[in-house]
Amino acid sequence: MLVTSLFYAFSLVLLAAALGVITLKNPVHSALCLVLTFFTAAGIWLLVQAEFLAIVLVLVYVGAVMVLFLFVVMMLDIDIESLRSGFTRHVWLGIATAVILALEIVGVVVARGLGSRLEMKSGMAPVAADASNATELGTALYTRYFYPFELAAVLLLVAIIAAIVLTMQHRRGLKVQDINAQVAARSQDRVRVLQMPAEKRE
Amino acid sequence: MITLQQMLLLSGLLFAIAVAGIFINRKNIILLLMCIELLLLSANFNFVAFSRHAGNIDGQVFVFFVLTVAAAEAAIGLAILVVLFRQRNSINVADISSLKG
Repeated sequence: MLVTSLFYAFSLVLLAAALGVITLKNPVHSALCLVLTFFTAAGIWLLVQAEFLAIVLVLVYVGAVMVLFLFVVMMLDIDIESLRSGFTRHVWLGIATAVILALEIVGVVVARGLGSRLEMKSGMAPVAADASNATELGTALYTRYFYPFELAAVLLLVAIIAAIVLTMQHRRGLKVQDINAQVAARSQDRVRVLQMPAEKRE
Repeated sequence: MITLQQMLLLSGLLFAIAVAGIFINRKNIILLLMCIELLLLSANFNFVAFSRHAGNIDGQVFVFFVLTVAAAEAAIGLAILVVLFRQRNSINVADISSLKG
């Protein structure tokens, strides 16, 4: 009972925060609403016993991606007014699309009776008390899904390099090290050893 | 207990809100990126719900990969956004029309 009421409360917060993301004027407020959305989503995932993913959602999204978003939003000097022009013209199109989409999804889910069949109405399969979600996920990830896992690591590496290369600025007249020249330098070219006869004092 | 139907309805409503966001914020690239994150989150809800419903961990493994790809997408998307802002001094989608598409 407590789980169900918590689920409803979290769902309301989640949907309200998502509405805030798409309607608020200031992009910083939108980003903060998105943070709230991810936090509540993590809460719901905890309720359905997907603990590892809930923690990962908070760590990766709130900790990294949303901080990046906020950093970019605050760094860029955006003219909000020009971006908001035509908002009211498109808001009805957006609402109409969303309502149609929501009705279709709700209709399909309800008509298929995904909640009315017995084994589904009784809720999701309970997890054994000593089962660990992280262990289970790790076992799958490091055995059957090992190659996709490695590929994901390569993908992240590519993303890091791409982000650095894209945003790096090449300014003229900047004093930088030339590593090749440094490594290729030989002592013979730099130092000249002179043999001089010692002067004799009379 | 939370049923599969409740999770699917929640994710469907979240998806609809995110699609509406793409329509009504269609000039602001930052908000478009945020709406894409919302879309991916609602898809992840379905993966988690069906994974728990079927008692099979594979769905949650897929959520893990979706999170990875979404993080990479956000990083590269924001990098492109920063470069674009340096070039055009604007992030309005209407200003990016060089290709006349």
